Amino acid sequence: MKQWIAFWNIFSKDIRTYYLKPPNLSWGIIFPLAWTLMFFIRSGGDVDLFALLPGVMTMSILFGTTSLLSVTITFEKKGRSFERLLLAPISLEYLMLAKTSGAIMFGAINAFVPLIIAAFIVDLGAVSWALLICGVVLTSVVSTFLGLFIAVAVSEVFEAQTFSNFFRFPMVFLCGLFFPIERLPVFLRPLSYVLPLTYGGDILQGAVNQSALMPSALSLAALVVFCAGLFLLSVRTIRVKWIC
Amino acid sequence: MNSENTAAIEALDVAKHFGQVEAVKGVSFCVNAGEIFGFLGPNGAGKTTTINMLTGLARPDHGRISYFGRDYTANLKKAQHLMGVVPDESNLYPEMSGLDNLSFCASLYGMGKKERETRSRELLASFGLTDASKRAFGGYSRGMKRRLTIAAGIIHHPKILFLDEPTTGVDVASARRIRELIAGLKSSGTTVFLTTHYIEEAQRLCDRIAFIVDGRIVRMDAVAELLRQTHGKHVVELTTSGSLTQMREEVLRGFSNVEFEFPADNILRSITEQALALAPLIRFLEERGIAVTEARAVKPSLEDVFIRVTGIEVDRMKKEKEKKGPQ
Repeated sequence: MKQWIAFWNIFSKDIRTYYLKPPNLSWGIIFPLAWTLMFFIRSGGDVDLFALLPGVMTMSILFGTTSLLSVTITFEKKGRSFERLLLAPISLEYLMLAKTSGAIMFGAINAFVPLIIAAFIVDLGAVSWALLICGVVLTSVVSTFLGLFIAVAVSEVFEAQTFSNFFRFPMVFLCGLFFPIERLPVFLRPLSYVLPLTYGGDILQGAVNQSALMPSALSLAALVVFCAGLFLLSVRTIRVKWIC
Repeated sequence: MNSENTAAIEALDVAKHFGQVEAVKGVSFCVNAGEIFGFLGPNGAGKTTTINMLTGLARPDHGRISYFGRDYTANLKKAQHLMGVVPDESNLYPEMSGLDNLSFCASLYGMGKKERETRSRELLASFGLTDASKRAFGGYSRGMKRRLTIAAGIIHHPKILFLDEPTTGVDVASARRIRELIAGLKSSGTTVFLTTHYIEEAQRLCDRIAFIVDGRIVRMDAVAELLRQTHGKHVVELTTSGSLTQMREEVLRGFSNVEFEFPADNILRSITEQALALAPLIRFLEERGIAVTEARAVKPSLEDVFIRVTGIEVDRMKKEKEKKGPQ
């Protein structure tokens, strides 16, 4: 069977049904703008865009992907249309990759919104683009898989939203984006290193400001491990909880 | 492999429990290629759990599931290209049009764009939905939703179709149309596994029937054979002026050589091997202030077989199901 046909159609259906809807499109633009504006006002207009950019990009990815994916999968599960996908003769891993690919793309595009705005204000000539793209894509993948992990762990849409915040907000404050890890209390520092966003944010710091805390290769490898772990755990949860 | 001579579906001692509840207690049956097999039982009997196990939506705890002679128990995913599934609740995408829903379902089976568009339009036409093809599925009537869900189930020309309560909650005209479609599927060689609580529908459509009660198959046979076994009996139905509820035990004791059923509050049915002299029974009731307003000989139907086998009143089963209703 030509599985790529199923993959492409699940991906394009999700893009049309969820990600290209006006509220989600506006979310993708307004959210990064709001964050940038917030920091701009807080700094009294004297804002260092280069210092701000990695954080806003990472948060745009995190909130864009986790919000949408966890809600859409829970919604389809509740409406039983997800059952139709489970009945299709495609492997569960392939199916979940198809279901998450739209969110990955949405997250990556969200990340480029603040970058495009910044391009009109500051010179981005010093940015390491290859590293930045790798960082954006991997952060998007890991955030999407975190959203997937949340989606398969709950059964109601409101639970998905609550559970998402349980992960997202502590992560934002502990991953070093706004408070450097070395300034966190000693007992909280180990926690930072078990959060995928720490590595995603650090790669973007390295790509934009050349001020990464860890070697880029290490952060990239850590993100790959997180991606694989979250994906396999989510697929296993579906097998255990949904096909039981 | 010659599918004419092989069982399309074979379930052997298939069992499933959820926590402490044994939903399906080791059911075994064969569905022949090209037949319509009815799976009848009350709510909670294990019908949907059995379908879920057969289609790969649930894992059996025990037993073997084969399609066309090949054991797929360990990996039902590999058998999913053989089957189409129409669940008891329509599970298409409400925001997508009828045409887009069918085309999307076809793509899940690897059908190319041209092929799936042709097939979708063909099915929309044969299911009488061409005029609604561009409308969002969410705005369809119940009958239209059921028809489109059935169309989605057969979009990829499956060899086996699982139909879970296909006519529940739809209007009479739509139900008749769905029954015609099911009969048409049989003519085209599709094997149909049908669950329904409309006994007369099962009698009209099915070749063979299994009755499932409390997770066990209690009777399985060809429809003609099930009816033949009951036809040998004499059944008389008496309608009375008042309720018989308080009098059931007394009637059973007074006529211990007669088998009685009480399908309704004021209806009594006698089932005997030989013709029953009704005068003593009528007198017995009249002496207790109950007048017999009507007496008629009943030609046994599958419904009678169902009641006798399961002990469940069909009307109650229908009401329970319709109360729950499809989406």
